[in-house]
Amino acid sequence: MSWVRDHLGLILELTLRHTVLAGIPLLLGLVLSIPLGWLARRYRVLAPVALAGTGLLYTIPSLALFILMPLILGTRILDPINVIAAMTIYTVALLVRTVVDGLASVPAEVDAAARAMGLTGLRRLVTVQLPLAVPVIAAGLRVAAVSNVSIVSVASIIGVSQLGSLLVDGYNRNNPGALWAGIIASLILALLFDLVIQGGAWLLTPWRRTAAPRPAGVGA
Amino acid sequence: MVADALASDRRTATGWGRRMIASIWAWLTDPANWSGADGIPTRLAQHLGYSAIVLLAAAAIAIPLGLYVGHTGRARWLISAANAARAVPTLGLLFALALWLGPKLRGDLAFSLPSIIVLVLLAIPPLLAGAYAGVEAVDPAARDAAIGMGMRPAQVLFEVELPGALPLLLSGIRAATLQVIATATIAAYVGLGGLGRYLIDGLATGDYPATAGGALLVCVLALVLDLILAGLTRIVVSPGLTGKYRGATGVDEANRIAAVSER
Repeated sequence: MSWVRDHLGLILELTLRHTVLAGIPLLLGLVLSIPLGWLARRYRVLAPVALAGTGLLYTIPSLALFILMPLILGTRILDPINVIAAMTIYTVALLVRTVVDGLASVPAEVDAAARAMGLTGLRRLVTVQLPLAVPVIAAGLRVAAVSNVSIVSVASIIGVSQLGSLLVDGYNRNNPGALWAGIIASLILALLFDLVIQGGAWLLTPWRRTAAPRPAGVGA
Repeated sequence: MVADALASDRRTATGWGRRMIASIWAWLTDPANWSGADGIPTRLAQHLGYSAIVLLAAAAIAIPLGLYVGHTGRARWLISAANAARAVPTLGLLFALALWLGPKLRGDLAFSLPSIIVLVLLAIPPLLAGAYAGVEAVDPAARDAAIGMGMRPAQVLFEVELPGALPLLLSGIRAATLQVIATATIAAYVGLGGLGRYLIDGLATGDYPATAGGALLVCVLALVLDLILAGLTRIVVSPGLTGKYRGATGVDEANRIAAVSER
């Protein structure tokens, strides 16, 4: 506990870095996944290719991807861009499927009604399909956020500092205080990401708040 | 000024990249790296050996548990708890256990046992979720028909629910396998053998060709195992479930759930 009190500044700074390294890829990944998911849903032949391709990207182990990023990007090994790019790849890998599922969850009659009202292409996507897909996309985003916050820690092994640095230092210097501070801080950060996404989804779907309560869901 | 520095950095970095690819290739094809205790075959065998032990242990715990929860509908909190536990950073769990347990053990076990325990803990949530969701996803009509035919609960579980659960169960196994391969690589930091040694030792000594060569090997291993498991899924899943027979619903859900684990 005293270790935490003496190092609050450091912990906050590392938390901030961690937020950036996990959060920016989440936003970038979402922005990239929406058109990819839309294409995969619109042109059904593309779907298996897009899903298998992103699925293969997700099989790459994180430490290996961080290490190989400089070869692909021409960056230096310590450049945080490597981590942001790698995390964006993982986020896209998770979210393309989520966007496809989300768009598939739009009731066909609502889509037909929008079409009958004269909404086409992009307009129907932005004003009808995406808003209705928010719950599914938000669920996928929550999974990606929790996974990102945890994976980013691994970047401390290649020397990019964030909360994972507390884990590495704690282990190397036999300092359980730093180790636990790192674990607890990343748990709190994962929880905050989760709350922000849930809050965002809540704000974006006002109609779900007035609807009759749905039967209690099962599982997680 | 920063932009200038970045630009020059990029330029030299591109040449660096080309030289590096050549040295990585040289590392991978050097016969010296293919023999001995630190050779690629030995490290690969260690990686596969540890991963197999871990997956068998985790499967022995998680699959019966998941089938039980799915079959009886009891103790669903277990699934939620296991999913929530995924938020704990893998690296933290690994270091905490190595720091706490390492000094209490002797010899090689001090390095390998903490890692193996953490890997088992990490493999449990996807396996549990896959087994549970698989049974849960079985068509209730099929279950009712089995009961109507006079099957005993054990028969319903093993002859109807388990085959029906296979697509999701196998995708849980795929997710767990990938996670174990990935985390076993990181566990080299706390002394575990396997391909991770090249990455961790290479980083420690600044030997980028060995580091990146090892990273490539790990990628190939993960890809090959995933493809094997995907092929296995095609073989063992009943055609009644895969839509190869008319009227059956697609099983694309297979990849939906359990593909979410960590790398």
